[in-house]
Amino acid sequence: MDPIAGVPLLVSTSLKIAIMFGVVMLTVAYTTLAERRISAFIQDRLGPNRVGPFGLLQPIADGLKNLIKEEADPGTASKFYFLLGPVLAMGPALVTFAVVPFAAPLPTPWGVVDMIIADVPIGILYILALSSLAVYGIVIGGWASNNKYAFLGALRASAQMVSYEVPLGLSLIVVFMMAGNVTLTGIVWEQQQLGFWFAFPLSLGFILFVVSAFAETNRLPFDMSEAESELITGFHTEYSAMKFSMFFIAEYAHMLTASALMATLFFGGWDLPGTWDNAYWYQGELIRGFDASGAPMAAAPAVWKTLLTFAAFAAKTGFFLLLYIWVRWTVPRFRYDQVMELGWKVMLPTALAYLMVVSATILVLDQVGISGFYFGLALTGVSAICTVAFVFFLDRGRIMVGAAAPRHGRVGPRPTFGRGAMSSEGATTGD
Amino acid sequence: MPITTKVIQRPEPGRVSYLRAAFKGMALTLRHMVNPKTVTQQYPEEQTELHPRWRGTHVMEVHADGRPKCVACGLCPTVCPANCIRLVGGEDDQGNRYPIVFEIDEFRCIFCGMCQEVCPVEAIHVGRDFENAEYTRDRFVYDLDRLMQQDHPSTLLWDPSDPKGE
Repeated sequence: MDPIAGVPLLVSTSLKIAIMFGVVMLTVAYTTLAERRISAFIQDRLGPNRVGPFGLLQPIADGLKNLIKEEADPGTASKFYFLLGPVLAMGPALVTFAVVPFAAPLPTPWGVVDMIIADVPIGILYILALSSLAVYGIVIGGWASNNKYAFLGALRASAQMVSYEVPLGLSLIVVFMMAGNVTLTGIVWEQQQLGFWFAFPLSLGFILFVVSAFAETNRLPFDMSEAESELITGFHTEYSAMKFSMFFIAEYAHMLTASALMATLFFGGWDLPGTWDNAYWYQGELIRGFDASGAPMAAAPAVWKTLLTFAAFAAKTGFFLLLYIWVRWTVPRFRYDQVMELGWKVMLPTALAYLMVVSATILVLDQVGISGFYFGLALTGVSAICTVAFVFFLDRGRIMVGAAAPRHGRVGPRPTFGRGAMSSEGATTGD
Repeated sequence: MPITTKVIQRPEPGRVSYLRAAFKGMALTLRHMVNPKTVTQQYPEEQTELHPRWRGTHVMEVHADGRPKCVACGLCPTVCPANCIRLVGGEDDQGNRYPIVFEIDEFRCIFCGMCQEVCPVEAIHVGRDFENAEYTRDRFVYDLDRLMQQDHPSTLLWDPSDPKGE
């Protein structure tokens, strides 16, 4: 079967853009609802359940409210940049989804349609470049607000973004080494060929990626830029109504993209176990794999395969979105110095060392001539050892010591209340 | 339950595990996520059963023929500590006293219930009700008609022989 071309290509791409934009915006809207409801369940509350059945119309009500609400702009703000901030934050967040493949190719009477908006050759580099741009929105918005807290939030966001971009990039390099490709379709194909989703042979890389992605999206426990207890709401303190809403949409769109990336890079994207759904463009042919003699085998795309793989992709992405929410309502916020310490003293050296280990292992395996299943198995073993060592090292508690824990016992004598007769070791059990 | 103090020893630095604690926390939140022990009361659908001695907005008891039981004796405006009752009494041909004007300013009222206690004919009561929102302030001055139309139950007085109201 041939790839779609000409006018049908134009039509199908336009349709894909329209549909994916709608799907992304809807997912973002419903992630906000999921966040509120799940956080409520975690705290034994109910959450918004009034608008529509189970509160399902709540995001629409929120959107309408934010559209109708009065915009309160601070008089001392720099008008142009104040407006530019949310635009810069939201734009990149929405366009990054363009290079993520979300299902197996779809056969149509006019040819096979790739289930990706733009399969650009630079793939993930495009995502990295554009998602880093989002911090400009935060910095410009925070600076233009002419507010100390907003400015502090913006500064923190930029410092954090710079710090965690490095381990994020390093944890991606191991994926590139395995895939030999930076397009996300290529990475999915390599995972299908290897028979392993990269989360297993690159387990430590996955952990580093998840932690860095949490930091990149400014989510708890890394939401330094909007630490409510310290900075009111950080960079968007002065924003109201739809401009605030745009920052909000940008944050959730980033979450969605990061979740889709975790699913695609480390959990096979739309791939399901087995080779029946594999599909990749190889020298103009849609192939399923190579037979024993190395000849390509033609893939058989089908509508049900597309639907099923899309469901798989949605499920994987949804799981990581849930993980985002779950972690946010469990783990408290780091202190700012802890964030920096984790970034520079733990994540960066670990990512570098892991990169060395993986590249050395791949080199050795290539020299020995092992490939396919045993290649993946060997790497899985090596990565498992690295992960255990990393967790063991972190678990020793050398990294983060609670601010309240004094180095050697108590700081001073326990204060006595009322009766002076009470000795310092009294009232231990209170009986 | 007596107040007890539990002193938690801080773990020594170097021997604590933040990772394990974080995973324990995740497990705890997951348990609550899948099985929330919600105690929320769905208010407009589920109504709270008010205590029999709850003191809310007033009720004026009426006779079977629709006249207020009030005899305009003037005890309640006298005893009222918030001075929120305005009473103008009148007398009909048979010499029965009745209120011409009986107004209670529910904003001034402190809901002490002394008007109910002092009333010799059990006419004015404080009631078991709390849903008394209005759109304008002047609607909070309840006149005689309004007090007679209140349909919520009136408050039970404290009974020394049954101090807990059982």
